[in-house]
Amino acid sequence: MSFHTLSVLVENRPGVLARVAGLFSRRGFNIESLAVGPTEDESVSRMTIVVDCAERPLEQVVKQLNKLISVLKIVELEPGRAVERELLLIKVKADPAVRYQILELAEVFRGKIVDVAPESLTIEATGSPDKVAAMLEMLEPYGVRELVRTGRVALARGNRGITDRALRVPRSA
Amino acid sequence: MKVTGAQALIRSLERCDVDVVFGLPGGAILPAYDPLRESSVRHILVRHEQGAGHAAEGYAWATGRVGVCMATSGPGATNLVTALCDAYMDSVPLVAITGQVPSGAIGSDAFQEADITGITLPVTKHNELVTNPARIPSAVAEAFYIASTGRPGPVLVDIPKDVLQATTEFAWPGSVDLPGYRPTVRPHAKRVREAAAMLREARQPVLYVGGGVIKAGAHEALRELAEAAQAPLTTTLMARGAFPDTHPLALGMPGMHGNYAAVAALQEADLIVALGARFDDRVTGNLATFAPRARIVHADIDPAEIGKNRVVDVPIVGDLKLVLEELVAAYRAAVAEAGPADTSGWLRTTAHWKERFPYRYAQAADGRLKPQYVVERVSALAGPDTIVVAGVGQHQMYASQFFKFSRPRSWINSGGLGTMGFAVPAAMGAKVGRPAETVVAIDGDGCFQMTAQELATCTVERIPIKVLILNNGHLGMVRQWQELFYDERYSEVALGFDVPDYVKLAEAYGGVGLRCDQPEDVDATLEKAFAVEGVPTVVDFRVDSHEGVFPMVPAGRPNDEIILGPEFSPEEQAAATRREVPTA
Repeated sequence: MSFHTLSVLVENRPGVLARVAGLFSRRGFNIESLAVGPTEDESVSRMTIVVDCAERPLEQVVKQLNKLISVLKIVELEPGRAVERELLLIKVKADPAVRYQILELAEVFRGKIVDVAPESLTIEATGSPDKVAAMLEMLEPYGVRELVRTGRVALARGNRGITDRALRVPRSA
Repeated sequence: MKVTGAQALIRSLERCDVDVVFGLPGGAILPAYDPLRESSVRHILVRHEQGAGHAAEGYAWATGRVGVCMATSGPGATNLVTALCDAYMDSVPLVAITGQVPSGAIGSDAFQEADITGITLPVTKHNELVTNPARIPSAVAEAFYIASTGRPGPVLVDIPKDVLQATTEFAWPGSVDLPGYRPTVRPHAKRVREAAAMLREARQPVLYVGGGVIKAGAHEALRELAEAAQAPLTTTLMARGAFPDTHPLALGMPGMHGNYAAVAALQEADLIVALGARFDDRVTGNLATFAPRARIVHADIDPAEIGKNRVVDVPIVGDLKLVLEELVAAYRAAVAEAGPADTSGWLRTTAHWKERFPYRYAQAADGRLKPQYVVERVSALAGPDTIVVAGVGQHQMYASQFFKFSRPRSWINSGGLGTMGFAVPAAMGAKVGRPAETVVAIDGDGCFQMTAQELATCTVERIPIKVLILNNGHLGMVRQWQELFYDERYSEVALGFDVPDYVKLAEAYGGVGLRCDQPEDVDATLEKAFAVEGVPTVVDFRVDSHEGVFPMVPAGRPNDEIILGPEFSPEEQAAATRREVPTA
């Protein structure tokens, strides 16, 4: 098993997320993370789906996803050739004794302090999956009150976008 | 032109050349039933919405056109779900129109509200909740386009009552263009050439023919390929009729209850050319031990089927008619270049298997009627223009095994989902689609009771189907599994022969009821049944409840462990197991 990042263009219509998510559960595939939002074209949304599976099941996932009428295009983004980012908000226990250490750690990972409370600090951080994981590992010993992650978003490097070809054809009514 | 949403719906159906809709009205769909009165579309009022769904399926199977069913919101729509799922599994082109509670009430648990687009998400090729009356024509046009192209399947269009009542401008879309839906129709020429070369090199090839061949109308090209390559072929449960059973190259049905020759040929093949088939577990048995030496060419319109169950050497995505036509040409070119293939030894072997290990049953000494005999006689007495429809279970297997099919679209059944109760409504739909032909439902007593109410529809609408019940008083297939795998500990499988009285039931529904329990009466009874005109006929064939379906590969076991059945001696079984070859 290994993680694969799929960038999926879908029609921006009600129920499309349910179609995609339902397909994963029905066919027995696990979604590690899923991020969805609008694109430069308002009729199209982009999902970044991280799947935990081997190569052959991945091929099956992609083929099944392609069968959904609402799915316009799917590209697997290879880690070396894509920019992958995740946003993390993390609330860490920070009494005066360790506060300075945490601030320093946040600095190292280019995190921003977005909220300060007497007993805690909330840090906003973005980065590649590795960086986010490394930062989490460093902060965990201080005690994590809560955290939230957006899930991975990613774009392929280089000039071309995956939207070009998928959207060239005019859409029907 | 200003129309209501309901008028736009009916007009759209007319534009899609719909000649018949199977349905049952209710509150939310009521607006659509008003303009239907003036429409050229014939509506057939079923007695249960499941019947509408299966009738639309039967119509689609028999004609190759899109079957249409219609129901109201809530329970009307949920009653369609089994048929939609059935159509999804068997790739049957179907459009279901459902009413929905008014837009403002959606999500409020209103009376007869069900989230039918949510419910049918995993069992439809596509579905849509139409929220704007102006969208109705496009939604319907797209539904028909999606249902009938690529790999066919069911599409549901859900329309809230207020959308049906609203006024809109009717604008028929010039063409359908869906950026997320572009089936690959034309096969990759290089792949076709590779497949042709492999077929020419193979010494023990088998064409593994699935339902896709019939759906693509590719049976003639199939025959050309089989004869050119002198490759024996198997027709799956979904493909019965794609190739004449009487042809020397026909090995019959593969799989759990298939012909020994078909099962063994696939196991021994050095090349399997899968055509519109999907390596279903009922065909492969234990997948890891299926056809261990075979290289695989897999052609299908649905790329997701290729490599799903079995790793493939040559994948070909495309419409099977084009694939087969190009494959024939490429095969001939390969032969012209490198000389013909020699499969004569292989054909001698498969012919030997066919002859030595056929379907076999024995007439009972005490004169009890055997279900296989009934099907044999149906096959002998039915005209060439007969369509056979089956439900699910032993009777379905007997029908597939013992009826000699010779043409495509003459066999209709529930293959993938295995829906009991399929036969009566599907036969009704088939008869509506092909009224000039004789439609015979070979049914079980268990199946029949699940949807028998559609006999009322058949009588009222004058749809004279013949329902032949192989009445063994049991859920026969379940009984057989309990006999074989649960030490004959029969649990909840006895239905009894006499309740209901099928003859009286047929008469109560306005049809003709007949009964037969002696082998010598079978022919006369069938002739009587075939002579009935105008109303449905039900024949209660009282058959031996102890009869099992053989051969059999127990579920999940390797196909190598095929059991020929009680009519074969231990010596014969041993010869089959070691795959005896003919002596030179």
